[in-house]
Amino acid sequence: MNQEMTGAEVVLQSLVDQGVEVVFGYPGGAVLPIYDTLFKQNSIKHVLVRQEGGAIHAAEGYARSTGKVGVVLVTSGPGATNVVTGLTDAMMDSIPIVCITGQVPQHLIGSDAFQECDTTGITRPCTKHNYLVKDPNKLSPVFHEAFTIAQDGRPGPVLIDIPKDVQFANGTYTKKENIIIPPHRLFEPEIFKNDKKIDEVVNLISKAKKPIFYIGGGCINSGPKAAELVSQLVELTGAPATMTLMGLGVLGSSHPNSLGMLGMHGMYEANMAMHDCDVMINIGARFDDRVTGRLDAFSPNSKKIHIDIDESNINKTIKVDVPVVGDVTSVLKRVIKVWNDNNLKTNQSDLKLWWDKINDWKKIDCLHFTNNEKEIKPQYAIQRLYELTKNKKTFITTEVGQHQMWAAQYYKFEKPNRWLTSGGLGTMGYGFPAAIGAQVANPDALVIDVAGDASILMNIQEMSTAVQYRLPVKIFILNNEYMGMVRQWQELLHGGRYSESYTDSLPDFVKLAESYKAIGLRAKKPEELDDVINEMINTDKTVIADIWVSKEENCFPMIQSGSAHNEMVLSKDQKQDKLSAEKGKILV
Amino acid sequence: MNKSVYDSPDNTSISRRHILTVLVDNEPGVLARVIGMFSGRGYNIESLNVAEVSNDEHLSRITIVTEGTLEVVNQIEKQLLRIVPVHSVSNLDEEGSAVEAEVALVNIDLNEANKKKIYEVCDFYRARKIENENNSVIFEIAGASERINRFIKEINQITKIEIVRSGPVAISTYKNTEEE
Repeated sequence: MNQEMTGAEVVLQSLVDQGVEVVFGYPGGAVLPIYDTLFKQNSIKHVLVRQEGGAIHAAEGYARSTGKVGVVLVTSGPGATNVVTGLTDAMMDSIPIVCITGQVPQHLIGSDAFQECDTTGITRPCTKHNYLVKDPNKLSPVFHEAFTIAQDGRPGPVLIDIPKDVQFANGTYTKKENIIIPPHRLFEPEIFKNDKKIDEVVNLISKAKKPIFYIGGGCINSGPKAAELVSQLVELTGAPATMTLMGLGVLGSSHPNSLGMLGMHGMYEANMAMHDCDVMINIGARFDDRVTGRLDAFSPNSKKIHIDIDESNINKTIKVDVPVVGDVTSVLKRVIKVWNDNNLKTNQSDLKLWWDKINDWKKIDCLHFTNNEKEIKPQYAIQRLYELTKNKKTFITTEVGQHQMWAAQYYKFEKPNRWLTSGGLGTMGYGFPAAIGAQVANPDALVIDVAGDASILMNIQEMSTAVQYRLPVKIFILNNEYMGMVRQWQELLHGGRYSESYTDSLPDFVKLAESYKAIGLRAKKPEELDDVINEMINTDKTVIADIWVSKEENCFPMIQSGSAHNEMVLSKDQKQDKLSAEKGKILV
Repeated sequence: MNKSVYDSPDNTSISRRHILTVLVDNEPGVLARVIGMFSGRGYNIESLNVAEVSNDEHLSRITIVTEGTLEVVNQIEKQLLRIVPVHSVSNLDEEGSAVEAEVALVNIDLNEANKKKIYEVCDFYRARKIENENNSVIFEIAGASERINRFIKEINQITKIEIVRSGPVAISTYKNTEEE
C-alpha cells in the first residue's frame, strides 16, 4: 500500500494523487532533484516562466479561472523571495495555491549558504500555513495536508520548503486517503451549531423595506453552486444587489436586480443604496476600505447581516447585527429553505418605493463620459472590447490602476470565474501572468489582459512564456504614458504635482511584441479601434494591442479617501473641495 | 475598536489587561506564527510564556498578557484561531475567574548593613533563598504578578537587584470540560 521512493518522487506522486495537471515554475540548484523526476514522467505538465513572480501569478490565474489549486515550483533563495508578492496577493484574495520551494541541504541551513534564505520565516505572514520538511517520510502527509488547507475554509496559499537532501533521500509514500488531518487544523463552521442565526437572517430580510445584497468574492470561492443560490435568493426577495470588485460575475451584469460594482469607483446607485438601505446582507465580502469609505458614515441606519467563512472578518471594521460564520453555499441553502418553508415574501409596496429611489439614482448615469472623435477614450476602448468579445468564452484579467477600474466598470460580466484581478493587494504585474495561467487552463477560451502601459512592464518578460507555449493571450494596453491612477490622485489631492508618474521612454509595444515573435497592433484613433480589436481576437497568436488613449482622463465616479458613500464625485463635477482634499491626502 | 485606514467612530470602549491562553501543536515555528500575528497586526504583548504541557500529544500552552479594548482582544482571539496549529484560545479575564501565577528570580546585593531588612522583606513575601555554587544571594518568589511587583519595589528601596520574571501563567477555575 505504501511505497518506498525518493523525496523528489514523493513530491511528484503527491501532485499526481492530488489531481494536479500543471505546475508553473522555474528551476534552480535546490530543486534539481524534483526537476529531474519531472523530466522522467508524463502526467504533469510544467510551464516554464521567465521570473518566479510570473509563476505564482500564473498559478493564481489558473486557480481563479478553474476553482482548482494552482501549483508553483521554484528554487531556494531568490526563487522563494520572488514569489512573496504573489503569495501575499493570493492571501489577500483567498486564492488556493500550493507553492513548493527548494531549500539548501539541511547541513547547510543556517550557514548563509549560496541561495539560502529563511523561506518559512519570510513567508509565514503571507501564507495560510507553511512547512519546512526535514523527513522524507513526512513529505506525503505534508503535501496532502497542504492541498486540503489551501482549499479549506477561506482558501489561500500554502508553502512547502524542501531541503535538497530530503529530495534525494528515500522515504515512504502515503496515499491521500490514508492521511488523517486533525480537525483543529481545518475550518470548523459555526453554522452547524446554530440554526437560530438563519432564522434571524430570514426574519430581517423579510421585514426589510430597503434591503440590499452586498456580494463579494466569497460567492465565487464557494463554488459554482454559490452564484446560483445568490441569484435565487436575490430573485426570491426582489432586492437590489451590488458586487465588490472580487464578486463581479456572481450575479450577471444583465440581471435586473444588479446595481453593478460598489465602492471607491463603484456605481453611484450602488453606493447610494448601500448608504440608505435599512437591511444590508453581506454575502462573502469583508467590508474592505475600498468599499466602505469613511467608517463612521458607512450605511448608518441599516441592520447588517454578515455571512463569512472567516470569523476574523466579523466585526473587524464594521459592527454587524447578525453574523453567520460559514460557507456561502451551505448557508444560502439553509436561508432559502427556511424562506420557502415559511412561505415568506418581502413587502412589495415598500420594495417598489425603494426601487423607485434607486431608479432615480440610476438617472444620474454615473458612467457617462464624453466621447471624442480625435482621441480614443479609455472607457470607449473597454466598451468596444466588450461589444466585440461578449459572445465568446472570454476571460478578462487586469493589472492595477485606472485601466482596472475602467474594465470593472465598462466590461460586463455574466458568469463567475471570468474576471481575474488583484483586488486586495493591488499588484501591478498580476494581469499578464494570470492571463497565461487562465489560458493554460482554458486553451480554447479568449483570454485578454486589460493592462496599463506602466503595469504591463512589471512582468513583460512573460511574453517569452506565452510565445513558447503558443498561448494566444491578448494584451490590451490602455496607453496614456502615465501611471494613470497615481496621476489622478496627484491631480485631485496633490495640487497637480505629477511627481514621477509620467513614463518617459516607453518601448514601442508593437516592435516589442514582434521581437518576441508575437503580433503587435496599434490603434491611435477611434476609427482604428474596432479593426484592431477584431484582428486581435481573430489571430491565434499572442498579441499586444497598444491602444493610445486620452492622456489625462480620470476614473469616475469616485469616493475620495475619507468620504462617505453618499459623497461621490462624478465626472461632471470633478472639482474637489480643498478641505476634503487635505483630509484625503493622508489616507491610502 | 478597529484597524482601518479610516478614522474609527468608536473610541468609547475601555482598554484593559487581558490574559489569553492558547493551546497549540508543539511544532517548529508555532511560536513565531503566534507572535508574528501580534506584531504584524499591531497588537501588544505585555508578557508571553510558553511550555509543552502534554508530551505524548506534543501540545504546548502559550499564555499571553495583552492590553486592549474587548473588541481588539476579540479580534486577536479570532486571528489566533486562524493559525493552523492552534487548537483553542480562551480569554481568561472574560470568563471571569482564573488564577494566575508568576515566578521571579532576584539576585540581591547583600551586605551586613542591609541583611536583616532584606530577610524581613523576603520572609514577609515568602521569597525562598536558592543556594548556589557562587554563594550569591538569589531569591525565588512565586505568585500573583501584583505581589511580585510590591516585593520588587520594597527590595529595590533597600539595595541593588537583578530580576528575571517569567510573566504570568494562568488557568481557568472552572471545572475542566475543555477539549482534548
